[in-house]
Amino acid sequence: MSADDDVVLEMTGIRKVFPGVVALDGVDLWLRAGEVHALMGENGAGKSTLIKVLTGVYDIDGGDVRLAGQPVRFGGPLAAQQAGISTVYQEVNLCANLSVAENILLGREPRRLGKIRWGAMRRRARELLAGLDLDLDVTAPLSTYSLAIQQMVAIARAVDIDAKVLILDEPTSSLDASEVQRLFEVMRRLKNQGVAIVFVSHFLDQVYQVADRMTVLRNGTLVGEFRTAELPPMRLVAAMIGKELATLEDLEKQPTGRVQKAEPLLEAEDLGRQGGIEPFTLSIHAGEIVGLAGLLGSGRTELARLLFGADRADAGRLKVDGKNAVFRTPRAAMSRGIAFSSENRRTEGVVGDLSVRDNVILALQASRGWMRPVSRRRADELADQYIKALQIRPADPDRLVKDLSGGNQQKVLLARWLITQPRLFIVDEPTRGIDVGAKAEIQRLIAELADGGMAVLFVSAELEEVLRLSHKIEILRERRLVEELENTDAVDATRIMQTIAGEQAS
Amino acid sequence: MTFHKHHLFWPFAVFVLLLVLNIFFSNNFFSITVHDGHLYGSLIDIARRAAPLILVGVGMTLVIATGGIDLSVGSVMAVSGALSCLLIGDLGDPDGVAGVLGAIAVALLLCLGLGVWNGFLVSVIGIQPIVATLILMVAGRGLAQLITGGQILNVTSAPYRVIGAGYFLALPVSVLIAVAVAIVAGLLTRRTALGLLLQSVGGSPAASRLAGIQARGLTWLVYVIAAVCAGIAGLIYSSNVASADSNAAGNLIELDAILAVVIGGTALTGGRFSLSGTVLGAVLIETLNVTILSVGIPVEATLLFKAVVVVVLCLGQSPAFRERVLRRRTPVVATKEVAA
Repeated sequence: MSADDDVVLEMTGIRKVFPGVVALDGVDLWLRAGEVHALMGENGAGKSTLIKVLTGVYDIDGGDVRLAGQPVRFGGPLAAQQAGISTVYQEVNLCANLSVAENILLGREPRRLGKIRWGAMRRRARELLAGLDLDLDVTAPLSTYSLAIQQMVAIARAVDIDAKVLILDEPTSSLDASEVQRLFEVMRRLKNQGVAIVFVSHFLDQVYQVADRMTVLRNGTLVGEFRTAELPPMRLVAAMIGKELATLEDLEKQPTGRVQKAEPLLEAEDLGRQGGIEPFTLSIHAGEIVGLAGLLGSGRTELARLLFGADRADAGRLKVDGKNAVFRTPRAAMSRGIAFSSENRRTEGVVGDLSVRDNVILALQASRGWMRPVSRRRADELADQYIKALQIRPADPDRLVKDLSGGNQQKVLLARWLITQPRLFIVDEPTRGIDVGAKAEIQRLIAELADGGMAVLFVSAELEEVLRLSHKIEILRERRLVEELENTDAVDATRIMQTIAGEQAS
Repeated sequence: MTFHKHHLFWPFAVFVLLLVLNIFFSNNFFSITVHDGHLYGSLIDIARRAAPLILVGVGMTLVIATGGIDLSVGSVMAVSGALSCLLIGDLGDPDGVAGVLGAIAVALLLCLGLGVWNGFLVSVIGIQPIVATLILMVAGRGLAQLITGGQILNVTSAPYRVIGAGYFLALPVSVLIAVAVAIVAGLLTRRTALGLLLQSVGGSPAASRLAGIQARGLTWLVYVIAAVCAGIAGLIYSSNVASADSNAAGNLIELDAILAVVIGGTALTGGRFSLSGTVLGAVLIETLNVTILSVGIPVEATLLFKAVVVVVLCLGQSPAFRERVLRRRTPVVATKEVAA
């Protein structure tokens, strides 16, 4: 079944470089006919880049792609499609106002003398759907069906293009449990017809239900290819977030000085938001680094955003210095001394069209209002001071931020908040996708800030980082805060991974 | 060395080109003469004609910086002219300075109210700017006609006439007003943090929100500024023709204003803006209009000629286009690999 002569598509040594970032380096992906292959990795691991290479959206800077043994290079998405590689994206991109049959055969309608043969079209659509064990009214508009059915229609469309490889990118994220099962049936059916399926999902249980094999990526490099049966969830998590279990060193732990457990700076009591994060209880003290650990989609960012008022809580209470606080806007949280650096630094962090100087004073200026400008001299001083302190390169306050590398953009963002002298700094994935040197600098900076009395909520997908920096670790799984651990010597990555993987009977 | 990379290089080059063109076709183009202590000449004419467009353009620049647009400016011009003429006509003494100033103040106050309306629709209700201001674009002319009773109101008021046709220190008052407003707007945006915050909101709304910028008030403010600027432009227009014509006042000026903003290097997507660029753009557009007349292009071809100049200018300004033209000069060997 899965001997190597079944290999439909081989990608070897794939390398893809973006300005300032190596997105993929030496990545292999082998897809076999009649197998479901899960592509696993945290945010920024390179999954979506790899898929875009596979579907011809990106050209590669190195490596080989072979389709049925022949070397290929796709000039664009159309070329990939014609070669038999079909993709169904997370958001269904079909035309809801057209009929099911039209959607399935759009652009490939059976014609005679330029006229569409409607009868033949409906027949063909019904055949394709029957192949997926679906019986729909193909003349009804697509919008009359549920999202799950629409997804199946998208798959039917993809399969009609004589698909050898079918890529399903987060297909289950908007489906309920029974719909997911239905999708899996369709996937198994296609698998038995000899299609190679790539399945991308951050729901581990689903991956274990349906995938035969998986390829794990981390930071743009290949961790390895595994048979699902031979890789327990625990080891998969280890592969995704950190080092191999055997080589996990006893990490040197920074948080030595114990935190003065006086009154907490911030307390959340059953704070929650529907569809974001289930109610959680959490407290943070001055000088304390609280780490948030959990997989992508576990609710890390959602939790952080509630504490900053970036999203509004619809349950529970929040207290700052023991007094009730309601944050309807980020500004409200800022006025209580809270800062938040978003994980999406390009879209929600820096403003690319503004200079480094303008970006670093932005939060300070926002809190002062437009009528009380930060003077040019003060802005220059602050920019120079933080360019020096955080070693922002190039050291030019007039440079537009969009021209900086990811790591330097992150430093600009951190500088923007440090200037406001926050009492609690929420940092979401500050080290993602940046080079090793900048990473170490940012980690050191965070430790120093906490030593200076600042409270830090540190969100990271990298367990090592969380372990090294945090005094206290909050572990999230499936949008719930499931465990709180004091970061003592007894706590190691294995212990946290057990909780993340849901293997612990707690 | 990097002069040609300055963001105003292209509009400036076209401006100079048009001026040079004029020398060949009209005698004494650059001559400025003094009559009765007033300056006269083609250049002064261009400046006078550009004054309303500069005013409207300044307001439009700030709106566009936030990523919005204001289509109602022409109608606001009509409203302000109509109301001031009506009030002045009702004065016992239309030549009394106090009365005229009062009428102007009331007219501008109404324009401010119209700006508040636009800003409310956009920033509080959340209607798309193009739709929100389209409402007033249509309704505003109706309001102006209601004020004038559907007639063209003529006014004879010496103090009112000063705004659009008067001179101060040998210079046209309308030009002085436009320049003063442009300078005030420049100071307002650069000396306060308004410019920075507007650029931030227009450049990245999501990032601005998380940086603690409260965009609602800022967005509201720019629509108010745009309406007041348009109101002043409306006063100049109606004063110059000594009447209120609800249909002609500011007709299609919103399009010229948007064009001036774009020529000046402000992107319609919002973000970075340039007030000096808009002023240059407005002057360029009026120079073009004058050139069309002096070169003797047939009336029926003027719009086409204008379109051609604008297209050339916009292409010249586009970095993507320039890059493509340059790349064609240095041939690149195509390295396409054959798909098997």
